[in-house]
Amino acid sequence: MGWTSEQPLIQMRDVRKKFGALTIIDGISIDVMKGEVICIIGPSGAGKSTLLRCINALVPIDSGSITVEGQEVNDPKLDKLALRRKVGMVFQQYNLFPHRTALANVMMAPLHVLKRNRAEVEAEARALMRKVRLDGKEDSYPGELSGGQQQRVAIARSLAMQPDVMLFDEVTAALDPETVKEVLVTIRELAEEGMTCVIVTHEMGFAREVADQIYLTDRGVVVEHGPPAEFFTNCRDERTRRFLSQVL
Amino acid sequence: MEYLAVGLPEEGARTDPVSRRELPTLQADMIDLTPFWDWFRELYATTGIKLTIFYDAFDRARFANGFLTSIRLMGLCIVASIVIGVLGAWAQGSRLRLVRLGTAAYIQSFRNTPPLVQLYFFYFALGSYLRVTNNLGLAVPIVSNFTWATICLSLYAGAFNVEIFRAGIEAVPSETVNAAEALGYGRLAAYMHVILPLAFRISLPALNNNLVNLVKTTTIAYAIAVPEMLYVANQIWSDELNVPEMMNVLLVIYVALVGVVVYVMGRWERAMRVPGYMP
Amino acid sequence: MSAGQRTCVSPPSYGQGSAGPLPVLKPFRLGAITAASPCSSLTARTGALLIIALALSVGIGEAQAAPGTPSILATILKWTPLLAQGFALNITMSFLAMAIGTVLGMALGLGLISLNRPVRASSWLVTQFFRNAPWLVLLFYCILLMPFDVRIGGIIVPLPGWAKSTAGLTLPVMANVAELVRGAVQSIPAGQWEASEALAFSRLQTLRLVILPQCVKRMTPPWMNLYALVVVGTPLASIVGVNEAMTLTGDVLSSEGRTELLVPMYLYLLTWFFAYCYPIARATVALERRFQVP
Repeated sequence: MGWTSEQPLIQMRDVRKKFGALTIIDGISIDVMKGEVICIIGPSGAGKSTLLRCINALVPIDSGSITVEGQEVNDPKLDKLALRRKVGMVFQQYNLFPHRTALANVMMAPLHVLKRNRAEVEAEARALMRKVRLDGKEDSYPGELSGGQQQRVAIARSLAMQPDVMLFDEVTAALDPETVKEVLVTIRELAEEGMTCVIVTHEMGFAREVADQIYLTDRGVVVEHGPPAEFFTNCRDERTRRFLSQVL
Repeated sequence: MEYLAVGLPEEGARTDPVSRRELPTLQADMIDLTPFWDWFRELYATTGIKLTIFYDAFDRARFANGFLTSIRLMGLCIVASIVIGVLGAWAQGSRLRLVRLGTAAYIQSFRNTPPLVQLYFFYFALGSYLRVTNNLGLAVPIVSNFTWATICLSLYAGAFNVEIFRAGIEAVPSETVNAAEALGYGRLAAYMHVILPLAFRISLPALNNNLVNLVKTTTIAYAIAVPEMLYVANQIWSDELNVPEMMNVLLVIYVALVGVVVYVMGRWERAMRVPGYMP
Repeated sequence: MSAGQRTCVSPPSYGQGSAGPLPVLKPFRLGAITAASPCSSLTARTGALLIIALALSVGIGEAQAAPGTPSILATILKWTPLLAQGFALNITMSFLAMAIGTVLGMALGLGLISLNRPVRASSWLVTQFFRNAPWLVLLFYCILLMPFDVRIGGIIVPLPGWAKSTAGLTLPVMANVAELVRGAVQSIPAGQWEASEALAFSRLQTLRLVILPQCVKRMTPPWMNLYALVVVGTPLASIVGVNEAMTLTGDVLSSEGRTELLVPMYLYLLTWFFAYCYPIARATVALERRFQVP
């Protein structure tokens, strides 16, 4: 490996991906340093979500390279499970396991994948539930929880694997406006604790608060990027201006 | 003629003993399949696989008749059960409580009892009452076994079809019916032009499923000596002692037959698809 | 999005789709019409009434009984213990066929969703073959072509007719259960697979911990439907010589030799089956309603 924390945690170089005849990702290069929070914004299209899925090898890329902690994701001999222990992902549709309680959802992966001791895992799971402010809901089933609560359980579930980087795929898009805030607060706390995050979002205010770098993608390429202060006030590209004027 | 296996003409006969018509003779422009059949005779001589249904004219005719009887039985039952299904679905929506209860009684009785026992009930029990004395003084059944088989199987499959069509009708939302009525359609016209077409398309998969099961169930007619394929095969293997060969041929033919039905129904389903409504 | 709910109807489904994701069309649910609608017919009262009607009609030949011969009802009651024995054999055969068929079917079902192409293709062939073959032909096949006894170790285990018939019934059960499993697995939303993958579960773990537990609920009503079909299919064994309820009824009728006994005896046999299968049908509908998947 030989990866050190001066090097980027995630390094994407000229990533390309086509679905049939449609080019979804057309040469994207992004560096994510340890501890950084990256927000990817842009018009609706599958490109952003697909990019996230390429990082943890749920979707293979056609060309280019993605390395996570020095490990090439595009390598056919890649140990996918080892990669996914380092990279956690939270989905737009939460995708909790409906037949298990919230606590069981959080505990399942460390128990069955990492094969850790049950008592330890349970203690950590309860601590995580407390951290996302859902203590008291451990024994509820996902069907009994609100959307925002389910999404927080999903975040706790991914955190239970102690990943090095967390990917958030438009996690508030399917929520009612009232519950959006509780999820965003949770993510911000994570970011403040130093977790490396790659967040695809539509919430501009949130992005401005929490991000270290903002990337705007459109039609599969990165149009512009920069720290929030520069990005929102001094954007250089015309497309960025147009997009921001539509959403702000 | 109730079924086709009556009075097989002998080889070289000029007139059919039953219908007294003249039989066609092998003419120069007809295809002579003797070399094809001889291959199977060779097969028996070399490997011992005895497929007399190919090289023996009598067995060939018997089996062909059995096949045709099976096809006839299946076709009649399919049509009759669909008719029963439509009528029953209509009756289940009737305003008269008695009609509804009667239909429900019919459905529940036929769904929860074995079709074989139903068949025996119709043929032996009810059939014992439906006899007339012919001019020789013997009691002859009015209804043949083929007819009883058709009736019983149609009623059995029809019971399932009523539920399927009813579920299809109920899946059409009442707003659609209201829209039809707001446009001026009467009840019957709304049924014919709006509800039934939609309901039919919705219930098509389940209907296909049921018809395939009907095709498979027609083999129980064997039990009352209807000369369909299984029965004729039984006769052949009793005569020729080629049980494994005949069983295999039967299996292959039935699986192929059902496969054809599944395929045809699948094509029909796809042709009837409503874009956007159905996956 | 998802493959849509594959609510298997009775008989087991051949791959039906449900009404699509458009909210306009209500879902196609066979259970719903018999339970919730005003023309609901599957109540306990209806069942009891039907049984009473059948039982009463059993005595319709009463008036025809010649004086001096014992009454129809007395005759039927006399033969009831024998019929009960035969019926017990029917039930035993159905239990065994269902149990063994389910186990085999689940294995075959996993083969149907395998990522390995040869495994998937051969599973598909086996499933299609045994789903398309008529049950009676399979029974004949097993009865005629299975040996009379098997030698296991040094012991000769005889295979009686009913055992071979049970084997014959197991084959279609296996194929139908496999199809049920496949349909249920395909109806689980893709997001569940994605989430499990993202949590680093292997495919086997995903199936064992996430997918299959969710499938069990979806499969139960059509599975019970299948059981009812198996029970109703056990009289087929009488054609191949097994001494179950149907054969015994025939024997009783031929030994009594009274034509007025025909209708009552067959109706009696029908009532036995009805009394067993009707509660199963009701339970299936109730379960379907409880397990309704959105």
